[in-house]
Amino acid sequence: MTAGAFAVQLLNGLASASSLFLVAAGLTLIFGVTRVVNFAHGSLYMLGAYVAWSVAEALSATPGASGLGFAAAVLGAVLAAAVVGSLVEVLILKRLYAAPELLQLTATFAIVLIVRDVALAIWGAEDLLGRRVPGLDGSIPLGTRSLPEYDAFLIVAGPLVLVALTLLVRRTRFGVQVRAAAENRTIVAALGVDQAKLYTAVFALGAALAGLAGALQLPREPANLAMDLSIIADAFVVTVVGGLGSIPGAFVAALVIGLTKALCIALGSVDVAGVEIAFPKLTLVAEFVVMAIVLAVRPHGFFGTPASLPPSTPLAEQRTLVVAPGRRELAIGAGLVAAFVALPLLSDEYSRVLATDILIATLFAASLRFLMGPAGLTSFGHAAYFGVGAYAAALAAKQGLPMLASMAVAPVAALAAAIVFGWFCVRLSGVYLAMLTLAFAQITWSVVFQWDAVTGGSNGIVGVWPTGTLADATHFSWFTLGVVSIALLALARIAMSPFGQALRGARDSPLRAEAIGIDVRARQWAAFALAGAFAGLAGGLFAFSKGSISPETLAIPRSVDALVMVLLGGLNATFGPVLGAAVFTWGQDLLARATDYWRAALGVAILVIVLVVPNGIGGMWAALRARRGSA
Amino acid sequence: MIRTFLAALLAAATALGAPAVSAQPIKLGELNSYKVFTAFLEPYKKGMELALAEENKAGGALGRQLEIVSRDDGGTPGDAVRVAEELVSRERVTMLMGTFPSNVGLAVADLANRRKIPFLAAEPLTDKIVWENGNEWTFRLRASTYMQTAMLVPEAAKLGKKRWVIVYPNYEYGQAATATFKQQMIARQSGGLEFIEIATPLGKIDAGPVTQAIADAKPDAIFSSLFGADLARFVREGNLRGVFKDRPVFNLLGGEPEYLDPLKDEAPTGWWVTGYPWYGIDTPAHKRFRDAYQAAFNDYPRLGSIVGYSTVKAAAAAIRKAGSTDPAKIAAALKGLQVDTPFGRIAFRAIDHQSTMGAYVGKVAVRDGKGVMVDWRYADGKDYLPPDDVVRKLRPAK
Repeated sequence: MTAGAFAVQLLNGLASASSLFLVAAGLTLIFGVTRVVNFAHGSLYMLGAYVAWSVAEALSATPGASGLGFAAAVLGAVLAAAVVGSLVEVLILKRLYAAPELLQLTATFAIVLIVRDVALAIWGAEDLLGRRVPGLDGSIPLGTRSLPEYDAFLIVAGPLVLVALTLLVRRTRFGVQVRAAAENRTIVAALGVDQAKLYTAVFALGAALAGLAGALQLPREPANLAMDLSIIADAFVVTVVGGLGSIPGAFVAALVIGLTKALCIALGSVDVAGVEIAFPKLTLVAEFVVMAIVLAVRPHGFFGTPASLPPSTPLAEQRTLVVAPGRRELAIGAGLVAAFVALPLLSDEYSRVLATDILIATLFAASLRFLMGPAGLTSFGHAAYFGVGAYAAALAAKQGLPMLASMAVAPVAALAAAIVFGWFCVRLSGVYLAMLTLAFAQITWSVVFQWDAVTGGSNGIVGVWPTGTLADATHFSWFTLGVVSIALLALARIAMSPFGQALRGARDSPLRAEAIGIDVRARQWAAFALAGAFAGLAGGLFAFSKGSISPETLAIPRSVDALVMVLLGGLNATFGPVLGAAVFTWGQDLLARATDYWRAALGVAILVIVLVVPNGIGGMWAALRARRGSA
Repeated sequence: MIRTFLAALLAAATALGAPAVSAQPIKLGELNSYKVFTAFLEPYKKGMELALAEENKAGGALGRQLEIVSRDDGGTPGDAVRVAEELVSRERVTMLMGTFPSNVGLAVADLANRRKIPFLAAEPLTDKIVWENGNEWTFRLRASTYMQTAMLVPEAAKLGKKRWVIVYPNYEYGQAATATFKQQMIARQSGGLEFIEIATPLGKIDAGPVTQAIADAKPDAIFSSLFGADLARFVREGNLRGVFKDRPVFNLLGGEPEYLDPLKDEAPTGWWVTGYPWYGIDTPAHKRFRDAYQAAFNDYPRLGSIVGYSTVKAAAAAIRKAGSTDPAKIAAALKGLQVDTPFGRIAFRAIDHQSTMGAYVGKVAVRDGKGVMVDWRYADGKDYLPPDDVVRKLRPAK
């Protein structure tokens, strides 16, 4: 590659980096102040693109106004996103700040589902390509090459927004409050700053930035219904790599990631020591590889500081004494098992298929709950272990291993993966840890996706069915029930063992735990590995229940599903995972049949549950019992 | 008074009684990724509805009306298998049809094989569904990746270009298109061919750097299998950088209205594409379909409409030919089944269960601010499949 080609590719990378920064800036701002992990940020970005398209189209039809088109479109998108963002904050998130951490995440996930269907209803299914911007629709010649004027505009726009935001944060009263709130919310509130207004303002500003980014992307990418999810993971990566809450950090991270991707494409296929490496293929995971490396070296990203993490004081409910499940729980558990046993005999064939799905989802959710509850470690990439288990079982079965032996391979393989990834992850904490689990999950996903010869690539592995007596669907559902019940009992037993108590101690007060001789990191590592193994077992069951698996078994949506199920069921409720899994799986099945707009319906259902019972469905019982006790 | 009452009773009885004979419609189970590939599947659903209405108006099949039980498969094999189970075991459908992405199609095909129920895969393009992973119960309607690539090769080989850049979305469809293109070009053009490949993540192409890299590679010609939002970004960024100037470009699926129409006046003039020029096909069969479609929906048909329409037509024809709703008889009837579609008569080959539905091959032009296909021809699917002995080797023995 010549130096000229290289330089132009760097400029291309800069333009991409600018648009990435615009999205991430809003996200990092919101997180810095409110600590909300806002999955809906990508939806605001998508809304921005759609609104910009509508405004531009409306103006182009009006004679004389078409010149204003672009500016008006951008303004319209910014305002619309800000309004929607503030509504979301005031109507929904405001009610959840006191709820368990990460519950807002479930709420924002519900908003993603709703916004996508609303966009479909308003703008239709077809991609909407925006007009080129008058005055910025040509190219600037650079020797024999050329750079689009709009890219040049973006290269300038990114730093301009950075400067404006920095001035806002450094030089204004609002900025002082924002910085103070990011540092210590309690003291800011004690000093008389109206937190409610501050949060709404910050959320509106963050949302406006997402809308701006969406509008500015429109001349480069048609507005389409996949924009939300395709940007959100990247935006999180940039935010975390830069250091949570750090706007300059987000800028640097966006540059590093934008340039890395451009470089991968520029390098093309290169012969390294006789091995051909296709660098363009790396763009599939470039950002996650960057994140894994950065977090391994700098646990708080480029500019993040340990202090900017949320305080590790445990939730009020976690401070209560944990009591082992008693007779009442045993009775309920036995009742549930009996119900599952009887189901195939009482109902039609399909209900046992659904019940099997719910059981597998329960085990998957329970394994994540073990990690998030007693161990206090949040994972955004738990699907990795589910998927590794599923693939291990499928590959073993394809090698001719009997079904039960293949099934036994699943937790072992997942355990191995969790031991390796866990070693890195437990060195971090909070959202950084969660994002590193996501990075490993995405890297695993991309290996599975690319490694055609072994994993079948994007098509996956087909034809993995139960054999012998288990080939009968009723028998298989009973088998699943048996395996899942034993695994759940084991998880409950471990959670109440001295090891489990030590984990809780390490979660609630790492310093004191260390002081009494508990090796916190070793315990957490072990918990991570265990959670992985149980997820892998669920994956093995999944492979045989579906007969085929593909890379989606370890993709982001599956990790998110698990998170939502855990939080819906209640982080601390004994039957949380089974409740969450049942409501989520069964609700989806029911709604998908009832309406075309089932995603939005599911989103609304989740929002209602989250707002009415912030401690999850399982937590509702405890709350009711407590009320009855005090009455 | 009494007479009126009796007359009313009689009328009610006949009204109730008459449909009671044929009250049980034949259920067709349909599943698709409606919320993932919306742009293609909305017109597809309309096409299905139109065909269903026509079939039922003409008396249905076996003296019974047809009913489509449609489900969203969420775009993942796991959910699709569950939904298919529901259709088979709870809805008791006579056969399965639909699906879009290849991994979902393959998973449902395998389930169909296990549950011994006919499956008419409408849209998945993967070659494997009829070859490596083919089974007794699975049939596929659309022209496969292999076939559509083969349709473009004659024009590409004619140019005698040596140095090709191949851009493709990095998953099975793109990989298969790339492999087929290379293999067939090498077979046709003697020596000196050079291929530079750029794989881009599906839905997330970094179009600036990609088009710049193509320009820097200085190829003689370009072969792409991009579609959807990726294609729009590729076209715009490439035009801005002058990458397509004086270079022949071939783009699989690029002429399908779903992907061409969003480009409007920026549609890449002169590109060779496969697609569907609905505005220009004036065969009686297509005219009838187009008129009916526009009358029903006040919108023009997309390729999805053709796929949905033809799928239902094929299912109805199969049931009629079988003379029964017995799954084995329907599967047997699908072998060699001839169906009239808006593209003309097609047949499901007995050898590999692939239909001979073709595609239109032509060049892109801009007319009245819209992208259209010109100089097109219909490439009949039967002419773009490998010889029978090759197919037999590709398809596993029973």
